[in-house]
Amino acid sequence: MSELQVKTMAELAQEGKIPEYLYWVGCMGSYDDRAKKITKAFVKLLQKAGVDFAVLGPEESCSGDPAKRAGNEFLFQMQAMSNIEVMNAYGVKKVITTCPHCFNTFKNEYPGLGGKYEVYHHSEILKKLVEEGKLQPADNPFENQTVTFHDPCYLGRGNGMYDEPRNVLKGARIQIKEMPNHKENAVCCGAGGAQMFKEAENQREEIFVFRTREALELNPDIIATACAFCNTMITDGVKHYNKEKEVQVLDIAEILLRSIEK
Amino acid sequence: MIHLLDNIIFTLLLGTGVGYFTWQVKKTIRNVKLGKPYDRTDRKNERWKNVLLVAFGQKKMFKRPIPALLHLAVYLGFIIINIEVIEIIIDGVFGTHRVLKFAGPFYDFLIASFEVLAFLVIVAVTLFWIRRNIIKLRRFNMPEMEGWPKKDANYILYFEFVLMTAFLTMNAADKKLQLLNHPHYDQAGSFPVSSFLLNILPEDPSSLVMIERSMWWIHIIGILIFLNYLYFSKHYHILLAFPNVFYAKLPPLAKLDNLESVKKEVELMLDPNADPYASPPDENEEPGRFGAKDIFDLKWINLLNAYTCTECGRCTSVCPANQTGKLLSPRKIMMSVRDRTEEVSKIIDKKGKFEDDGKSLLDYITPEEIWACTTCNACVEECPVMIDPLDIIIQIRQYMVMEESAAPAELNLMFTNIENNGAPWQYSQADRLNWVNE
Repeated sequence: MSELQVKTMAELAQEGKIPEYLYWVGCMGSYDDRAKKITKAFVKLLQKAGVDFAVLGPEESCSGDPAKRAGNEFLFQMQAMSNIEVMNAYGVKKVITTCPHCFNTFKNEYPGLGGKYEVYHHSEILKKLVEEGKLQPADNPFENQTVTFHDPCYLGRGNGMYDEPRNVLKGARIQIKEMPNHKENAVCCGAGGAQMFKEAENQREEIFVFRTREALELNPDIIATACAFCNTMITDGVKHYNKEKEVQVLDIAEILLRSIEK
Repeated sequence: MIHLLDNIIFTLLLGTGVGYFTWQVKKTIRNVKLGKPYDRTDRKNERWKNVLLVAFGQKKMFKRPIPALLHLAVYLGFIIINIEVIEIIIDGVFGTHRVLKFAGPFYDFLIASFEVLAFLVIVAVTLFWIRRNIIKLRRFNMPEMEGWPKKDANYILYFEFVLMTAFLTMNAADKKLQLLNHPHYDQAGSFPVSSFLLNILPEDPSSLVMIERSMWWIHIIGILIFLNYLYFSKHYHILLAFPNVFYAKLPPLAKLDNLESVKKEVELMLDPNADPYASPPDENEEPGRFGAKDIFDLKWINLLNAYTCTECGRCTSVCPANQTGKLLSPRKIMMSVRDRTEEVSKIIDKKGKFEDDGKSLLDYITPEEIWACTTCNACVEECPVMIDPLDIIIQIRQYMVMEESAAPAELNLMFTNIENNGAPWQYSQADRLNWVNE
């Protein structure tokens, strides 16, 4: 049903081309049904703005982040070195990720293993495209809607990028209603450090319930975030409170796309 | 003659106090060096800036304004009133009285500001005590605070209360003797706070001299005891905060080190020309351990962090795992590292070197704590002296996974999936692009 056309690095290489950007989709963006929608929204935005990019497709692999945070440095470095080999073989210079975890490993941890790229999180790219006028949001597409933003740890505290995703929302003419704990005080969604892949320890409640409660106290229409893991966790939190009819959990890319398509 | 005896006793006490403290500092350095060497001397400008803003300026404290203001009063009191200690030492050694009084109006100003600060310290310390013992703030009453840590915190407050009270009472007696034109008590200093105490002091000069002298001795002996108490106390932060902030982790916080030992092995594995049966390049090289089982495997900076921790519990109060009722408390991780380091230190003191006691850091820190961390960096961001509990948690995870294969089963499954299909789930790598046509 989709008319999306996305080139792989291999296809472009056969044509003798190297795109300006590699879009690293990430495991969530490739396999998770909810996250795939974010991937597609972002790809549509890139295409609307005429950005020259390709993906690795079947040659993409896990960045190694969950392995590293879970203490498996071997597996992380194996993943990193083979990913670097693939990217270097295609002459990759600039990488975009929609996942703050891939973003962090590429930007901060791959250089020491021989992978030196300009690494961008999609919030940076989208912000730039709006500023350059390549993406033009409609006036007040989200009028009268309350939107709050949940900072992903690996983007915010981890890499100091608090303003980039907020500027994308501002670009979509959205006034963010902040949670009491935001930016450097933001509470984790509960997925990081490989928690996504295991059951929680003995506890009073799930972290995602704890965090979502703070967001829901603002009576938002939309909880925006910029990480597929956060999106899953907060969505679960919204379901926990039976609010899925009233509250949407959306990625900044989806919000921007809606504001443009209005 | 009696004066001379006083001077000798004072000098002996001073020498003993300072000498013993020097020995404790040396022991601290020895213990911190039990950790592995690790270079943190890059980006010097940022480091000095942090020392200025975060250590001296207490920038991170001001995220919570009420304790920040109270702490500021005690901190300024500590730094500024200690100028008075210089005078006390000179007076004590040479038998002078208020030797700096030649500074005239400036001396008056100094003494007046010491008095105001001493008063503020008493107010702050009292409020601190109320917060801990009457209001019972949650972060001061968590399981890891049971026993010594709770007592330690109160002892520090009592110490400061006694020191400041002695200082003000001494000044009041001095002022009263000055008013009586008692010999040796020349007009010197301005006493905006202790003047209020004049009426409750006795009228006869000999009692006043006795009070003035006793308070003088209590004040200085108290300071010397306090100095030597630091090593055993969370209060060590008053000194260690400065080097600790200098050597702290700088942003980006989410960046973790790539283990060099692992890198060597992975490179060998991926190198098609490597000889799999080759012996290690250096036969004498001790086979290193991956990750941390004991304090010896940690970085020295982790151990400095542990001695610096003042157990304020801000880290724990923002930890998402702790806030949702899990066992993990970043503060307790730091306290465990210090406790184990002290245990090792005692063995070294006794036997001259460390002998295996069959214990390790993992007798203090449980897997349940270690696996509850989301690596969100909230604790690191929150710490007023830039301690990094996360770095310790990750190193213990590395030991558990790479040396003991003791990860939770679901994580082992995740590892296997990444190894086999390049994703944490059991999806085929060939399906990575399916989203395009869905």
